[in-house]
Amino acid sequence: MKRVAALVAALALIGVTTWLVWPSAPKVRAQDQKITVVDGPSDDQRVELDTTFFPPPGGGKAPAVLIGHGFGGSKQSVRQQAIRVAQDGYAVLTWSARGFGRSTGEIALNSPDYEVKDVKQLIDWLAKRPEVLLDASGDPRVGIVGGSYGGSIALMTAAHDQRVDAIVPQITWSDLADALFPNAATQTPSAPTTASQGTGASDQGGETATAASTGEGAGGTSSTAAGQETAGAGLGQPESGVFKRMWAGIFFGQGVSLESFALQGQGQQQAAEPLTPQQARCGRFLPAICDIYQQVAEDGKATPEAVALLRKSSPITVAGQIKAPTLLLQGQRDSLFPLSHADANAKAIAAAGTPVSLAWFDGGHDGGNGEADWLFEQSSAWFARYLKGDGAAQTAPPVSAFTVTRDGGRDPGTRQRIRLHPEAASYPGLAGTDTTTVQLSGPEQSVVNPPGGAPASLSTVPGIGGLLGGQNTAGVSIDMPGQSAAFESRPLTAPLQLTGSTTAKIKVTGTGEATLFAKLYDVADNMQPPALPAGLVAPIRVTIPEGAGSVEATITLPAVDHRFAVGHRLRLVVTTTDMGFATAAEPATYQVSLASPTLAVPTVRTLAAPPSGVAWWVWAMPLAAVVIAAALLATGRTSSLAPAGSRVRRRAVPTVAGNGAAHDAAAAVQSAHDASPEQGGKPVPLEIRGLTKAYRNGELAVDGLSFRVEQGQVLGLLGPNGAGKTTTMRMMMGLIRPDDGEIRIFGDRVTPGAPVLSRLGSFVEGPGFLPHLSGRDNIELYWAATGRPAADAHFDEALEIAGLGKALERAVRTYSQGMRQRLAIAQAMLGLPDLLVLDEPTNGLDPPQIREMREVLKRYARDGRTVIVSSHMLAEVEQTCSHVVVMHRGRLVSAGPVSRLLTSESAGASTGNGHGLRLEDVFLDLIGDKS
Amino acid sequence: MTAAPGYAPRRTLPLRVEIIRQFKRRRTMVMFGLLLALPWILVIAFQFGPQSSGPQQASLRISDLATESGLNFAAFALSVSATFLLVVAVALFCGDTVASEANWSSLRYLLAAPIPRDRLLRQKLVVALGYSAAAVICLPLMALLAGTLAFGWNDIQVPGTGETIPAFDVLPRFGIVIGYALVSQLVVAALAFFISTVTDSPLGAVGGAVGLWIVCNILQAVEALGVLREFLPTFWNNAWVDALAPELDWSGMAKGASVSITYAAILIAVAFRRFRRKDVVS
Repeated sequence: MKRVAALVAALALIGVTTWLVWPSAPKVRAQDQKITVVDGPSDDQRVELDTTFFPPPGGGKAPAVLIGHGFGGSKQSVRQQAIRVAQDGYAVLTWSARGFGRSTGEIALNSPDYEVKDVKQLIDWLAKRPEVLLDASGDPRVGIVGGSYGGSIALMTAAHDQRVDAIVPQITWSDLADALFPNAATQTPSAPTTASQGTGASDQGGETATAASTGEGAGGTSSTAAGQETAGAGLGQPESGVFKRMWAGIFFGQGVSLESFALQGQGQQQAAEPLTPQQARCGRFLPAICDIYQQVAEDGKATPEAVALLRKSSPITVAGQIKAPTLLLQGQRDSLFPLSHADANAKAIAAAGTPVSLAWFDGGHDGGNGEADWLFEQSSAWFARYLKGDGAAQTAPPVSAFTVTRDGGRDPGTRQRIRLHPEAASYPGLAGTDTTTVQLSGPEQSVVNPPGGAPASLSTVPGIGGLLGGQNTAGVSIDMPGQSAAFESRPLTAPLQLTGSTTAKIKVTGTGEATLFAKLYDVADNMQPPALPAGLVAPIRVTIPEGAGSVEATITLPAVDHRFAVGHRLRLVVTTTDMGFATAAEPATYQVSLASPTLAVPTVRTLAAPPSGVAWWVWAMPLAAVVIAAALLATGRTSSLAPAGSRVRRRAVPTVAGNGAAHDAAAAVQSAHDASPEQGGKPVPLEIRGLTKAYRNGELAVDGLSFRVEQGQVLGLLGPNGAGKTTTMRMMMGLIRPDDGEIRIFGDRVTPGAPVLSRLGSFVEGPGFLPHLSGRDNIELYWAATGRPAADAHFDEALEIAGLGKALERAVRTYSQGMRQRLAIAQAMLGLPDLLVLDEPTNGLDPPQIREMREVLKRYARDGRTVIVSSHMLAEVEQTCSHVVVMHRGRLVSAGPVSRLLTSESAGASTGNGHGLRLEDVFLDLIGDKS
Repeated sequence: MTAAPGYAPRRTLPLRVEIIRQFKRRRTMVMFGLLLALPWILVIAFQFGPQSSGPQQASLRISDLATESGLNFAAFALSVSATFLLVVAVALFCGDTVASEANWSSLRYLLAAPIPRDRLLRQKLVVALGYSAAAVICLPLMALLAGTLAFGWNDIQVPGTGETIPAFDVLPRFGIVIGYALVSQLVVAALAFFISTVTDSPLGAVGGAVGLWIVCNILQAVEALGVLREFLPTFWNNAWVDALAPELDWSGMAKGASVSITYAAILIAVAFRRFRRKDVVS
């Protein structure tokens, strides 16, 4: 117990010390200041930017990181991130972009004339700070990180300012015009070829076939009308794009509502002023932007001016100039800036030879988990590699060229969703490394554009994705009846991991301009609603040439990473409406059919094997445990034996049968018996030699005890409390291991469970019964536990001694002390053992029972058996026993026949009254002498 | 002639004898009664509760699906009892077995019979594990019966995704669930058994095992421990849910079984080793 307590105390001390000594994150200071910058097309507009500078907490010079905020945010929204980056060992500068927060100026959508110039001057400011590491005079070592609006300023600044050393743009756009006016269709106006293409493809017959990608990508089979890039990037012609009206409204609305928000922050007197009409209309937008928005929002068409303006704020136009290594983190759940935007950025930046890595994480403008910690780790590793220099780059984990977050099921312990991050050494693009073709089937179907475009189908509701929570299940997706055409594959025979943009070819029959929406569903069975991966749709706008009657188009479906399980079907649905987009108000009917029955599903082979498999410890640990267990058992076996004979102190063995003054142990040496404790060929019932047992505190309970008991004796073991009688008896039963010496019963040494113990009947320190069982059950089950034949038990004789009568059938817990006592003695006598050891057998018995017990024991020994009785009741011993061993403080005091003991003592003490001494007197005399 | 006639160490304490000795105990009866009654109590509770109007997309928790079918109900009953009730039951059967003999003083007479110490522990462990297994098995089986009678024999609806698996397809999976529940309780059994051999107090053994279990559960909630938590004996306790997923996932259960067997093997070995050398003073 003490050792355990000491161990616990030591562990607690170690724990507390570790807790106290453990290095806590360094404290980060924040310095707020206004930085005045000059921008505008002719560099004549003064703007005050509200900034916060976080010096590196470790002191000294450190690389700097600029953290941009999202649209509608301010420097406050990135404060926590800034502190975390600063703790990582950087000087951090956050700022509210012009038109946001407490900065002055108007929103110009990251225009090179405005915001980019602002950030360049922030870099100038950083170059003057003593805390910032410089690459050259006026050129600080600086990285830019930010999400959405802040991500695009990172790209734009890196393109316009070569001093930027690394950027981590997140969930941002490459082409703002395409983001707001996407068109996923590339038109093929050659109607006559339709039939041959269709039949040719359907002849393939097979369900799925995998073909290596030609490198040209998903759009490779279609000849594009205007000789454009392949549709893989999805960045087509915004002039014909479908207006993403809900997102655009939210985007613009945030800029407008910022006005009142910011004014509230500035003070009461200003907030009281009513908004001017211009303020109410445009908020803090630059009037030019505001006007263009008003116009496009009204008719849902991108004007050339609008496209020009939006393109000015688009990194895709300048991405070739970016020399800073770029880590693009794009969300898989993003209907505003889908994965195709990161794809376009990555390709454009990589084309200039700049290192680019790309990750598709579980997040985006539509919600998802967000993976804040993982994104931080990734950007931290990126900056460590490109900002901190060689030493840090070595220790930082490498960032793969392409990483995709996938659902790893649930953590079995916490039942939380876990995410896997399979990696690839190169970015394959949206066309994947391979293409699996899936055959679709379905007749030509009519779809109706309802008047006014309502009711509209629902895929993703912009802005509320985050509110619905980060569930991995695809959100609510509703197709209105009559508005959709569906084409379905047969159930998959193998799982299909789609990574990239699937392409399909459809034929639309009708007149004029058709606005349609394509979705690719994962259909499990009829009982569950089909799942729309990431809730993404591909808007299509095709123009049916006059007189042609129909048009074919290749549709680039939204880029997703999705696993279609075995037995699931792929369903391509083409609808006329979608809540998130502006659609035509006039009613129209189109016929939609498949121009080609194949769906080209890109897969990425290099990602196909996420790090999984059985962890090594799963099999190693139990094996090791079994080996350790076997070792524990094997080594424990020998030490359970009694001490080796060599340790036995050779002591004189006084025989109780001896004639001499047996209490004088030295006088009764019988060395002949040391080696073979047999006498006349017959083993001695009990021989104890040099028996020693110490208590845990070191005090000796039994100290060098030696005596012998011969057959037919009834031996009384006498001694005051604490003399070691019970301990000796326990050692006889093999319950306690002696520290030294040995006990032999019928010549066999007693060890725990020694077979010779089967010849010993024992009753030591009270009865031990199962209280819920009856007396008879106890006795019978005890005998059954010995495994010996029931015929050998002599139940009747034993139970007669117990004398319990009908009480034998009652549960033992109802017994009195005396009844249990008698039952226990009966149990000890089961099988009529050759040696019977009874500890205080008459305790709790009434006088008639005591007398009866006395007779029983005498009779028992007369039959050639041996009985050892310990007792306090000296009168009892005197009447019952033939021989006595007297113990005191663990030592033998006297041994011999009762009569001899009394005589020898009386010889010495008979000067008194002349009467024979009682054992009591002798006993007290013996004890008194020695004590 | 060293032993009494008819005595053979390998015939001592037959399993049958130990089973009878333990079976007539009140706590055995009460525990089995409770385990067998619990499904019916749950059925009654669900009958009294307000009826929802059909399953909704938002409510695909295991408890919301309990009334969908007998199999769903059995899975629910297992999930609510595996975390505590079954732990207590297993700790009771395994923790009580040696300690209560010591408490009744009957241990010394068994050892002096003599039943070799290893054999005594082995037979008691086998019987205790048998009772534990019976407890772990009888609850879901009774829940299956009660649930089928109350809610019908329908296909199982998977928690989380709401997918449906045909009932007969899932029956073998249900066997896996019960099998895994048995293996994962092995560590509780071993822990309770180990404590049982070092203490004379049956309640101490049961309470000690349950207490350590609770501590592990608390530690498991500390996310800061990170990957270390995977090696807590309680961490994979609910991994059997993977067996009811549309796609059977063994990885969690493999880890859970590995951890459980590791702890169990070492604890049982230590129990045997200690008991062999122990001075029985009770």
